[in-house]
Amino acid sequence: MKNYTTIIGMEIHAELKTQSKMFCGCKNDPFGAEKPNIYTCPVCLGMPGALPVANKKAIEWTIKLGLALHCKINLFSKFDRKNYFYADLAKGYQISQYDIPFCYDGYIDTSEGRVRITRIHLEEDTGKLLHKTVKGKKVSLIDFNRSGVPLVEIVTEPDIRSATQASEYAKKLRQIIRYLEIGDCDMEQGGMRLEANLSLSDDPKLMKDGKLDYSRLPKYKVEVKNINSFKFLEQAINFEVTRQQKVLEQGETPVQETRGFNAASNKTFSQRTKEEAADYRYFPDPDLAPIRFSEQQIKDLAATLPELADAKALRWQKEYQLEERYATQLTRKRSKAEWYEQIWQSAKQQKLKANDLAKALVNKKIKFKELSDQPKTILEAYLKTQQTEAVDPKELKKIIKQVLSQNPDAVAKYQAGKVQIIGFLMGQIMRELKKKINPQLVKTEVEKLLKTG
Amino acid sequence: MLNKLTLKQALDKLDKKEIKLTEVYQDVEQAIKELNPSLNIYLTKNGQALKESKTQQDLPLKGLPIAVKDNFCTEGIRTTASSKVLDNFKPVYDSTVSSLLKKAGGVIIGKTNLDAWAHGSSTETSDYGRTLNPRNPEHLPGGSSGGSAAAVAADTCIAAIGSETAGSIRQPSAWCGTVGLKPTYGRVSRFGVIAMASSTDSPGPIAKTVEDAAIVLNHLAGYDQYDGTTSTQKVPDFTKFLGKDIKGLKIGLTYLDIKGLEPIKAYYQAVAKILEDLGAKVSLVKAMDPTLAIGVYTVVQRGEVSSNLARYDGIRYGNDRSHFGNEAKRRIMLGTYTLSKGYADQYYNLAQKVRTLFIQDFNRLFKQYDCLISPTSPGFAKKIGASEGSSMFGELEDMLLEPSSITGLPGINVPCYHDPDTNLYLGLNIVAPMWREDLVIRVADAYEKATIWNSWRNN
Repeated sequence: MKNYTTIIGMEIHAELKTQSKMFCGCKNDPFGAEKPNIYTCPVCLGMPGALPVANKKAIEWTIKLGLALHCKINLFSKFDRKNYFYADLAKGYQISQYDIPFCYDGYIDTSEGRVRITRIHLEEDTGKLLHKTVKGKKVSLIDFNRSGVPLVEIVTEPDIRSATQASEYAKKLRQIIRYLEIGDCDMEQGGMRLEANLSLSDDPKLMKDGKLDYSRLPKYKVEVKNINSFKFLEQAINFEVTRQQKVLEQGETPVQETRGFNAASNKTFSQRTKEEAADYRYFPDPDLAPIRFSEQQIKDLAATLPELADAKALRWQKEYQLEERYATQLTRKRSKAEWYEQIWQSAKQQKLKANDLAKALVNKKIKFKELSDQPKTILEAYLKTQQTEAVDPKELKKIIKQVLSQNPDAVAKYQAGKVQIIGFLMGQIMRELKKKINPQLVKTEVEKLLKTG
Repeated sequence: MLNKLTLKQALDKLDKKEIKLTEVYQDVEQAIKELNPSLNIYLTKNGQALKESKTQQDLPLKGLPIAVKDNFCTEGIRTTASSKVLDNFKPVYDSTVSSLLKKAGGVIIGKTNLDAWAHGSSTETSDYGRTLNPRNPEHLPGGSSGGSAAAVAADTCIAAIGSETAGSIRQPSAWCGTVGLKPTYGRVSRFGVIAMASSTDSPGPIAKTVEDAAIVLNHLAGYDQYDGTTSTQKVPDFTKFLGKDIKGLKIGLTYLDIKGLEPIKAYYQAVAKILEDLGAKVSLVKAMDPTLAIGVYTVVQRGEVSSNLARYDGIRYGNDRSHFGNEAKRRIMLGTYTLSKGYADQYYNLAQKVRTLFIQDFNRLFKQYDCLISPTSPGFAKKIGASEGSSMFGELEDMLLEPSSITGLPGINVPCYHDPDTNLYLGLNIVAPMWREDLVIRVADAYEKATIWNSWRNN
């Protein structure tokens, strides 16, 4: 049985949540529209004589995404026309970017290794086709509310080696886009669309000194589309790996094609063969002047980048001595993270351990309203849980002695050296006490009594 | 016969209350009634024109009737681009130009005929039949703005609007003996103009005098937020450049040595003499061979056309693709071919590089000369039927104008000779650096006033 390396590159499209569309002033809210075709105008409907005008914010956000992904920025860039026919493509061409994308040469690090970003470019979305039966007739209806919505496309090098890494990469990308507040990436709403290009290689020399030898890549790749969730992404990849492996083991090459994913059957299925890349006859869009940035403008955009999740989590571990798991969990969403940090800062001021607070919050030991409670309120609630009542030392001794006498086996085990059993005894004692006593105090007494017998 | 007034004359007389607007409309409508059936100038008449004019009288253009080429979207008025694909298309939006015209007080009297989709230089390839040259109906009016030029020449409007991709304002103006002003690319908004070659399309006025053209341009020029290729260049008052002398201006006379121009050479040497008499210094100048522009223009334009026509699929509006005429189909096929993988480098990309060479050549020439002149057209208006079977008809007829069109320069045509036997005209093409409409207007106006060729100034 040969050893196959899974080679995956991903293409992800994300809708930017600018107020208006990419090339016209129509409202950018395709999913929230009450009716079809209400956010349209001559431009996004491809009417005669209509002209595109670029959305500056969308361009700036694309650059910001590139900077967040450690990309290089093309100071000179342009839009190109991608010419093809489809009923949902109003102009008969899509305005996109061909050879000079805004961003290139970046990366995202995952727990399974670095995934290099080949390019990030900006384009417009198409309308949406709906297949229905109207008055007994099968029809295709087109909704242009989505036509012209700004889309960023993020393309990776074939650096992904597993379904889990693909899923992690996609999740990280989504987190970054959300952190930058440039997109919602709601998969059910089509705000983020995943595509994976997959092939398998049994070439032991595929990697050379840790670098991918492109000349040894398989001569085919299969494109998998229509994946609506991260879970389905992993399932689709796993299915594909098995399927392709079977074909390869028979000495054949998997067909170069596009496959869809059927969530119900958990299988991919053939959609169309891709013998060679389609000819889109790209040429620079004469209606849109090229875009030139100065180094300073890019620097200014970089200065507006917020601290991202990974960096924040690391900083929390350093600055507030938070455990990694709490840091990772609580930095997942930016608005929440910023709210939590206020608590850590207050804790620091009051010389409390932020990690203790984190633990209490995560384990819901305190009742709190995330995002709305003031740090003061949280701290007070926490301190209340730490409050201990006074205890009469005589009563404490009495109860301890009572519990110890009721549990001779445990006592024996402790004295035989199994000191962990004190936890069990502590539990019993605390229950009997029925009061909130400082456990450290109790423990000291218990140990004393256990030693002396 | 108030339809024979120039725009300036009509405005002055209305101002002085010497004439009434309704009288102007009466005469214009009468002319249209008499001449349109035979000349086929207008495809659509605006039945509401007179009514609309009533509320426009206090505005600069005082409600006067303006003819608009049928590739400009006009709200509520049928717009066809002379193609059966848009036979039933009524825009619910205005092109910026028609909107500006209205704001200035102009009234759209009707939509004029053109070569379908502006693909041509004869107006013979309209899906609605050819337009005839009012000066001599056995001849063509030129194109693609042949309808607008004819509308002016026939006095069936006070002024007109056309568009030029490569000669389409200047050439029909030359053939019809009118003034045609092609502004700098980016000077006038293309929003709502049915796109032909997006990188050269320039809307502009076709008028009876240079003064009229300057007046109209004042109302059309300027930055438009709906057209990303318009410039924020300050718009001067173009009428300020009228009535100025041209003493000391350095003018380069180009293209006279091109093969085939021998029959008309003498007329342009005469032009040079007049300009010298007016104080300019005219020298024969060697510019980059304009026949090279034919290849550039053909390839770039058809590439852009093949993409610009893709939206006419009949799904959202209009009729389906089977309604495209033969010329449109030819251009779509050729354009698609020159953009195709494996061919784009040979054709489209290479053409764009040669285009840069033309830009550089003009930059070189404008270091020494204030403006350049040449014949507008290689000859007089051709006879009916001349364009048939000649798929490169337009490109050859427009050869002398293509260099300045593809480089975005402003240019103007003024009549520079009238043949008393045929009643046909020759035109003088004047070209200046980008944004220098002031120079073309100044030289054109000086020439027009010093000569007898303008039929409205010299009745």
